[in-house]
Amino acid sequence: MAPRGADGPPLPGQPAGRAMSTLARWFHRRGWRDLIIATPYAWLILLFLIPFLIVVAMSLATRTPTAPPFGYGGENPVLNFRGYARLFTDTLYIRAFVTSLMNASIATIFCLLLGYPMALGLTRVSKSWRNILLMLVILPFWTSFLLRVYAWMGLMGRNSWFNRMLTDSWNWLVPSDWAITSVPMMNSNFAVILVTVYTYLPFMILPLYASLERLDPQLDEAAMDLGSRPWRVFLDVTLPQSLPGIIAGGMLVFIPAAGELVIPVLVGNPSSPMIGRIISDEFAQARDWPMASTVAVALLVLMVGPTMIYSRYQQKAEGAGSGEEKP
Amino acid sequence: MTRRPVFLITVLCFGFAFFYIPILSMMVYSFNDSRLATVWGGFSTRWYASLFSNRQVGAALLLSVQIALISATMATILGAMAGIALARFRKFRGRTIFSGMVTAPLIMPEVITGISLLMFFIMLAQITGWPGQRGFTTITLAHITFSMVFVTTVVHARMSQMDRSIEEAAMDLGSRPWQVLKDVTLPVISPALVSGWLLAFTISLDDVVITSFTTGPGATTLPLLIWSKVKLGVTPDINALATLIVVTVGLCVALAGWLMSRAERRRLAEERLAYRAGG
Amino acid sequence: MSGEAEPFIRIENVAKSFGSFQAVKDVNLTVARGEIFSLLGGSGCGKTTLLRMLAGFEDPTAGRIFIDGQDMSGIPPWERPVHMMFQSYAIFPHMSVEKNIAYGLKHERISAADRAARVAEMLDLVQLTPFAKRKPHQISGGQRQRVALARALARQPKLLLLDEPLAALDKKLREHTQFELMSIQARTGVTFIVVTHDQEEAMTLSDRIAVMDRGEVRQVGTPTEIYEYPASRFVAGFIGAISTFPARVIRLTGDLAEVDIPAMDGTFAARATPGLTEGQEITVALRPEKVAIAKTCPDAVNVVEGQVKDLAYFGKDSLYRVTLPGGDLIAVHAVNARRGPDTARPADWDDKVWLSFEPASAIILTD
Repeated sequence: MAPRGADGPPLPGQPAGRAMSTLARWFHRRGWRDLIIATPYAWLILLFLIPFLIVVAMSLATRTPTAPPFGYGGENPVLNFRGYARLFTDTLYIRAFVTSLMNASIATIFCLLLGYPMALGLTRVSKSWRNILLMLVILPFWTSFLLRVYAWMGLMGRNSWFNRMLTDSWNWLVPSDWAITSVPMMNSNFAVILVTVYTYLPFMILPLYASLERLDPQLDEAAMDLGSRPWRVFLDVTLPQSLPGIIAGGMLVFIPAAGELVIPVLVGNPSSPMIGRIISDEFAQARDWPMASTVAVALLVLMVGPTMIYSRYQQKAEGAGSGEEKP
Repeated sequence: MTRRPVFLITVLCFGFAFFYIPILSMMVYSFNDSRLATVWGGFSTRWYASLFSNRQVGAALLLSVQIALISATMATILGAMAGIALARFRKFRGRTIFSGMVTAPLIMPEVITGISLLMFFIMLAQITGWPGQRGFTTITLAHITFSMVFVTTVVHARMSQMDRSIEEAAMDLGSRPWQVLKDVTLPVISPALVSGWLLAFTISLDDVVITSFTTGPGATTLPLLIWSKVKLGVTPDINALATLIVVTVGLCVALAGWLMSRAERRRLAEERLAYRAGG
Repeated sequence: MSGEAEPFIRIENVAKSFGSFQAVKDVNLTVARGEIFSLLGGSGCGKTTLLRMLAGFEDPTAGRIFIDGQDMSGIPPWERPVHMMFQSYAIFPHMSVEKNIAYGLKHERISAADRAARVAEMLDLVQLTPFAKRKPHQISGGQRQRVALARALARQPKLLLLDEPLAALDKKLREHTQFELMSIQARTGVTFIVVTHDQEEAMTLSDRIAVMDRGEVRQVGTPTEIYEYPASRFVAGFIGAISTFPARVIRLTGDLAEVDIPAMDGTFAARATPGLTEGQEITVALRPEKVAIAKTCPDAVNVVEGQVKDLAYFGKDSLYRVTLPGGDLIAVHAVNARRGPDTARPADWDDKVWLSFEPASAIILTD
């Protein structure tokens, strides 16, 4: 559409021309604005909100042997809360939730323990090194997630050089009657945590680095000048100021790790599945859509708390940056 | 700095070893002659040869790239619109719901997004008869939806950093808001649009969970192909494929990083020069 | 100023609130054509909001603004004959100097040749012709400021708004640029409205100044009027240094008032202001440079004794702080007219001194 049409003279006797010019005038007055809002809005309502509401509604439906396998009304209850009751009675779900939250929490803590010194180290190396190292942190992030998990499958396998190296050093360290033939790493919660730390570590390092880099090095110097030893400076000055980064990084690891599917399927313990796997299995294998939806809703409810904390800190961090110059 | 932070440097070295040893190991074993993927049996490039002769891989790669190109472009358009709307239009009806809808997909576990879209497509097909078969279109729609919110985040962040008086200046000089957007805002945020597109592209290219729920018969993307093979264990041809992907991505990122830092250096030099010229 | 004729800009009972915050309260101002008019005040005084209402970025909550006789209500920024030089300069970072200056012209129906000529003329006006093809990051801060000026002037606005035009420049450049702005204004004849928090800037640039505080205009006048005849304690204190003392009118004789100043322990003569009544509680204000300091009692109408508490030597002049009989301090400014060692100074620490001032120098403030 030619925007110049708005300025041009109306074409008499040509309704098409007049319609075009009306359209152009509308577009310039408010149409462009309405279109910018309405297009993504409509898209998200159709492909995010409605599917999400389907999940919520499905969690209250009853499973039937039809296709698709659910029903409302008729001989079924209109709202069926049996799924939610099962969440609290069936140990499968309770164990799955506990396993997921435990694995995600432990992985988050290890990410923090490894990521914090790395992020701090990145702020202390020379500028040219820093850019290269930062790129090396981000690089795995651009490569396939699946392949990063896969790389560890290769390392953890029974016959891999890594496993043999661990086995040999164990056998060398302990008496011979404790000797093992290999370290049973695959298909365990340990494997899930290790791979989660591996794949999500960049999400921890980057926000930590961002918050640490902003710190004024003169604050450190001021604290040292006032008689603090480096460790005290870290506790008194650096750590409190990087709290927003810790929260952000922690949530960026914890939230997706708790709902992870790929990692538990590939390296997890099949006899104590995590939530993501439960949802997927209930849905695809057991074809119990209502139960899969119930578990999904429960997982989302559990995620609300951490998300709120995250967004509160996020707003605070942004507010501290630029929120003061409002008239 | 008077003291070298020995501890920090050590952890840094350990961390990077942790990052790269699995990948390097995988790359080395892609040249393994043995059929057993984890036992070394001499150097060979046979897995690369078999990879190149595998038509399935080529088809899957093509499909993935097609989907990624379309969905990244659409996601950039939609995501930029949403970012602009949130950053510039302070008040409009349903703003709260809107801003909720652009953040929620970011934290929604992929499994849930996957089953929600699958149920949506199945029910839609029941009601309207479309989509009769899931595949290319449904995957693309799903990818657009969950990658557009990343673009929105990038664009919104850039827009809130931007000096608003630049837009006001354009308005002051006689441009209507729409022209301001076209002449000033979009060119100024164009780096954010580029990085948003790249982000959406890689997210789409990488996705396996949501794709596995929204795909249908015949539509196998590269991650889906890898997924189906990897579930059965470690195989040497996947090692080779992974090596190719990692090297390609690594080269692209390194090139982009080098170009960016060169541009930045030149810019800084010019600024210094301008400053010294004074006046 | 321009008498009965319709003023070029008329701001009529304009107010602006943001939620419960009143940024501008009932402001009335007129500005004549070709004038440099300053809005002076501290941060949050409403000067920038007023400027943004003139540009059209904010709509007044109440009141109207007329520019050249035309009511500006509801007219969007892009249709106003007003251009603005932003505090951050707001140069388009993706366009060259030339394109920046030409940007506003694309909305004018003129030929490409005319447009190029106008750009060339503007580049010449701000002496940036050699930098026409440069990008904004390739020029210095001072040059950027001139690009912003040229861009705003290119469309020949009726009114140019300048938001803290010199704040981003360093001190040396600032003085130079000040005079350049004045000369460009004289050559183009465009009316300037300048927002500034810097009183010196306002004093040197402006034909007239409006001093603003908490959303209100406290006084409008020429720099001299504002400095020598402040209408309130706020204005007196805001512009330049001043010492103020509570006082009471004892007697009015002709144009002189006899006032009792407890801090100086005596009665003094001051030039009376209209409307003064006997017995009225007032404030007497004295500028430091209007008070003379001497070690011997001078022959003057108003004399008070004091003791030097502090002195700051600036080279060309010195600033004394003298304790008055009532214990209050007064600032006294003395020019070091004679060359010599420390002993050549009019007074030293702890010296007993005599201060004197003309009746006309004492400012009587009734607020």
